[in-house]
Amino acid sequence: MTATSLPTGDLRSALHGLPGVDKVGVEARASMLATRSIKTTAKAQAIDLAIRMVDLTTLEGADTPGKVRALSAKALRPDPADPSCPPVAAVCVYPSMVGVAAPVLAGSGVHLASVATAFPSGQAPLDVKLADTRDAVAAGADEIDMVISRGAFLSGRYDQVFEEITAVKEAAGAAHLKVILETGELGTYDNVRRASWLAMLAGADFIKTSTGKVPVAATLPVTLVMLEAVRDFRARTGRQVGVKPAGGIRTTKDAIKYLVLINETAGPDWLDPAWFRFGASSLLNDLLMQRTKLTTGHYSGPDYFTLD
Amino acid sequence: MAAAHPHHEGNPRDDMFEYAPAPESRSVVEIAPSYGLFIDGAFDAGKDTFKTVNPATEEVLTEVALAGPEDVDRAVAAARRASGPWSALPGSERAKYLFRIARIIQERSRELAVLESLDNGKPIRESRDVDLPLVAAHFFYYAGWADKLAYAGFGPEPRPLGVAAQVIPWNFPLLMLAWKIAPALATGNTVVLKPAETTPLSALFFADVCRQAELPAGVVNIVTGAGDTGRHLVEHPGVHKVAFTGSTEVGREIAGSVAGTAKRLTLELGGKAANIVFDDAPVDQAVEGIVNGIFFNQGHVCCAGSRLLIQESVYDEVLEALKRRMTTLRVGDPLDKNTDIGAINSAAQLARIRELSDVGAQEGAQRWSPPCELPDHGFWFAPTLFTGVTQAHRIAREEIFGPVLSVLTFRTPAEAVEKANNTPYGLSAGIWTEKGSRILAVADKLRAGVVWANTFNKFDPTSPFGGYKESGYGREGGRHGLEAYLA
Repeated sequence: MTATSLPTGDLRSALHGLPGVDKVGVEARASMLATRSIKTTAKAQAIDLAIRMVDLTTLEGADTPGKVRALSAKALRPDPADPSCPPVAAVCVYPSMVGVAAPVLAGSGVHLASVATAFPSGQAPLDVKLADTRDAVAAGADEIDMVISRGAFLSGRYDQVFEEITAVKEAAGAAHLKVILETGELGTYDNVRRASWLAMLAGADFIKTSTGKVPVAATLPVTLVMLEAVRDFRARTGRQVGVKPAGGIRTTKDAIKYLVLINETAGPDWLDPAWFRFGASSLLNDLLMQRTKLTTGHYSGPDYFTLD
Repeated sequence: MAAAHPHHEGNPRDDMFEYAPAPESRSVVEIAPSYGLFIDGAFDAGKDTFKTVNPATEEVLTEVALAGPEDVDRAVAAARRASGPWSALPGSERAKYLFRIARIIQERSRELAVLESLDNGKPIRESRDVDLPLVAAHFFYYAGWADKLAYAGFGPEPRPLGVAAQVIPWNFPLLMLAWKIAPALATGNTVVLKPAETTPLSALFFADVCRQAELPAGVVNIVTGAGDTGRHLVEHPGVHKVAFTGSTEVGREIAGSVAGTAKRLTLELGGKAANIVFDDAPVDQAVEGIVNGIFFNQGHVCCAGSRLLIQESVYDEVLEALKRRMTTLRVGDPLDKNTDIGAINSAAQLARIRELSDVGAQEGAQRWSPPCELPDHGFWFAPTLFTGVTQAHRIAREEIFGPVLSVLTFRTPAEAVEKANNTPYGLSAGIWTEKGSRILAVADKLRAGVVWANTFNKFDPTSPFGGYKESGYGREGGRHGLEAYLA
């Protein structure tokens, strides 16, 4: 199958021509990889890498400028007590908060991501979604996390989803585009694989699992399927696409399982914040706690780590 | 933004995520300097001894008694004495012992897993996550049958046979013991079991589990030794039933020696299973299944998927994915929790794998292995595949019993079935397709005791296991497994 060379009219046959995903098999593989035992030096490297991969996120109705400023400061210096601790990859906020975070992050190398396109449901007219995107970029976001219309995808209107992504990509301009598939609403791994390819074909720079707003967010097997998709897509087209699991990843142990998954599926090329991110909030403090444990040999209580 | 996300040329992070060694602690198991025979509820020293080694290091683990004819006599006599009272117990009482054994195995599973990996060479991940849970599950499962035999479909009052002589192989030492002992005990038989010469330790530890469970003396007897000990045991006039798992060659000898006696016989022998990948297969999971089919337990699996049949229309794609996956296999220290492929069980087996692989290359098949550093000591063989293999190659006909895969192709489902069945063996087969009707149609035509669909090497105590043709006869596991031990 040469999906990229196909006109969009053939999207359906291209996506349905992808090899199926066996549910039992993919879940067994993910749970086997989750048994990898990452210790000592490997663990220390993994923790620092995971910190550098965090998109530190707040997406609440209750977000205020004060909350977002605090989060942005934390992104720059996650552990004020230890200058060797790296900053996170990005801060991820609602469009209305981009203007607040931008001055804090300016020039730091920490990216500023904004959700857009009627997050989290995606149920808005296209022009509203595009305006949402342009506003976020104008306010200073250099990464856009858009949602696909799951309704359109599930009813087989692949062209519509494709065109929306292309349009948002154009509206986002130079900003990196992460496409949220909301895998918890797609129902099957076959759909996850198809949606991944659809997003990549339409120009996504990243494919992302979830909004964090539905009951099932990122899981290991879903991320495994997406990692297979970006691996296969690069093999076929030469273009590398990143992966971002989001929601539900709270502990260092969880994060390390994802790093193992990358290492043994897509390969070490993806072990880089440019190609893999964790959409998370509470994960960061657990990573910091484990990092301190490894360097000092003892655990410190939660009061020794800053609130976001 | 694009500048901040450079596309990496090459792999600047190749060394970034080397997993540090994560060894399971050896100190959880205490191996004595020597072991005797377990006869009539007690260990006694035999006259002669032999050594058992750790195949990963060639280090001698301990000395074990070599049972001679008199020792086998004593063991059979003990089993005969125990047979009457044991079979007279109500099934519910026998079940209690089996449940107790199952629970003790669970409690001691870490110790037994480490022991198994030390003596056999298999990765701790497999002994911990596959062997030991299945061992306990088999005892739990047959414990449940012990008081329900009248409802198993073998008549209203099925009777035990008496004494079962059981000879097991070295590839799954404790699991094969469980497959043999659990149904025998549940049905009211007593046993004399001979573990393989190179892997006697877990059976001896199992003897200790029996003592801990206060199993009556003589119900389980363990005699260690090599081929001669096994021969004395299966030819002993005092046994009523012979159960053997191992090579077809030895199985044939046993069948000959049992012929003309009243002994009942079940044989679980070799295999050369076809693993068939159709063009509509879920490719990534099929690749996992191929890897699991042939590299699980170093390929020391009688039902291993050692003949891969790929439909020609997806041959390149599947082969490329398979090779890529094989480069991620981690070969090395069996006690490292991240090891995927451990040591070959013995020098003799390694020699056999090398010989057949050399024959494969000489006969014109293309040999390929991923780059792979093997330890200096011990018995090791890199995961290997051969392409360009035809039905006429020896590596497509003979059981290698190692991490060596022969890759063949086919064009149509009919050709796949024909090639899959074109073997003297018939233990297992695998089918990979997303099409349910094809699974049913093909499985129906395959002459193999176990047919897996979209999975491979999946075992469960409720499922019968056994062969067609030269792979043996009789079934182990499930309700069917009771039949071999009931009159």
